[in-house]
Amino acid sequence: MVEVKNLVKSFGDHKVLDDISFSINEGENFVVFGRSGTGKSVLLKCMVGLMEADSGEIIIDGHKVGDLSIKELNELRKNTGFLFQGAALYDSMTVRENLEFPLIRNFNFTPGEREKKVKKVLEQVGLLEAIDKKPSELSGGMKKRVGLARTIVTEPALILYDEPTTGLDPITSKEISYLMVELQQDLNVTAIIVTHDIVCANIVGNRAIVINDGKICYRGDIKALESSKDSFLRNFFSGELIQN
Amino acid sequence: MNSLIKDKDNPVEFSSSLTQFFATIAGLSIFSLRFFKDVFLPPYEFGEIKKHMDELGIKTMPIVTVTGFIIGLVIAMQSQPIMKKFGAESFLPSMVALSVVRELGPVITALIFAGRVSSGIGAELGSMRVTEQIDAMEVSAINPYRYLVVTRILACTLILPVLTLYVNFLAIIGGYIAVALSEGSSFQLYTNAVFKSLEFSDLIPGILKTFAFGFIVGAVGSYKGYTAENGTVGVGKASTSSVVTASLLILLVDMVLVKITVWLWAP
Repeated sequence: MVEVKNLVKSFGDHKVLDDISFSINEGENFVVFGRSGTGKSVLLKCMVGLMEADSGEIIIDGHKVGDLSIKELNELRKNTGFLFQGAALYDSMTVRENLEFPLIRNFNFTPGEREKKVKKVLEQVGLLEAIDKKPSELSGGMKKRVGLARTIVTEPALILYDEPTTGLDPITSKEISYLMVELQQDLNVTAIIVTHDIVCANIVGNRAIVINDGKICYRGDIKALESSKDSFLRNFFSGELIQN
Repeated sequence: MNSLIKDKDNPVEFSSSLTQFFATIAGLSIFSLRFFKDVFLPPYEFGEIKKHMDELGIKTMPIVTVTGFIIGLVIAMQSQPIMKKFGAESFLPSMVALSVVRELGPVITALIFAGRVSSGIGAELGSMRVTEQIDAMEVSAINPYRYLVVTRILACTLILPVLTLYVNFLAIIGGYIAVALSEGSSFQLYTNAVFKSLEFSDLIPGILKTFAFGFIVGAVGSYKGYTAENGTVGVGKASTSSVVTASLLILLVDMVLVKITVWLWAP
């Protein structure tokens, strides 16, 4: 479903992604760990063409992202959902308008069908009562849920989550994590989850990679991560400062 | 002023400011040229254009109402003693009408519009950029330039001529109040003198150039907001620099257009 080969991305002299390679199977929940500023979000943005990689390849459903025309890229994007760290809800629109926005512009649904879809996903995230509210009237957790609803309303085959639980309290984080699992089971989507949150990763993920200094320093099972003997991984998951 | 002195004292800073200025001009030109390509491509966002025209018009209406009235009033009050000195008070209505319609109405309305609207567009799009709303639009396979920028530039281009006509009208009324108060002349006499002095060639260039000014306001505000970076600081910068750049460009373009107008419509 997704294949990343020898991906390199730099900002000036700073190489944030250095020779990153991995592949993800259909229906898999794949977790990308790493400290802040290690290029995890950059990796996701390269995958949807928001940023251009310096070298390497990203292949989604057999299409090389870097070689696509804007029209082809948009076709790929219609089948891909992206949950931004801050939810990125359009603040001039209500929740309903936020969710209807991609449906009106990219699909030929009747107003009745749109209404049904919007209500269905809002019910799934437990926020049907907020349908006519503006994003400014919602809490952080509610925004994340609405962002999630907007991501899945188009029924994408691939969802990219950029730190879905960051900034939320532990209970809301768990709620969001279980919601992601539910969605994955209901819609059978493939997901890439960029996070620091080991609890969320344990609930949601199957496999993981850990990026440190632009390179992959671990790949494999999430459960095995916490018992790793590697000093960086131990410090990363225990939150202890790394002693030089 | 201080920053200019500082820039001149430090050649490195001065050259980087200069490079930045030319980079802005180049970026703005490329950004604006894209408008002419995208404006003709579907989907046509008529609803958005209408919404922006309503918002921009209503937002600017109170301030241009006051300004328009005061412009006419002040010109008449300032000129009246001088005209009287030369025994030319009867030309006062014509003078007010011509200066307002040809130059002051379009330019002052455009500058106020730039201050009110360009900064607003810069701040709005800037905050959408830094909160990743523009990215969200892009990954949803929606062209954010067409939805956010084309609609705003078109709305500005279409609404500014309407506002200018309104300001011209109010300024002529303001002029009448001043003339009536000082000389007691009747409204009919005043309007007769105004319409006798005004020709089509006075009104058309003044209104035509407001389309260009409206385009500048929309394009500069959108460009600064669309390319904003560095969080809330970037949003503030986008907002203020929109006003400065748009006002400067309005005055520069006005100079060129006045020259062209004089050349084309010379008596």
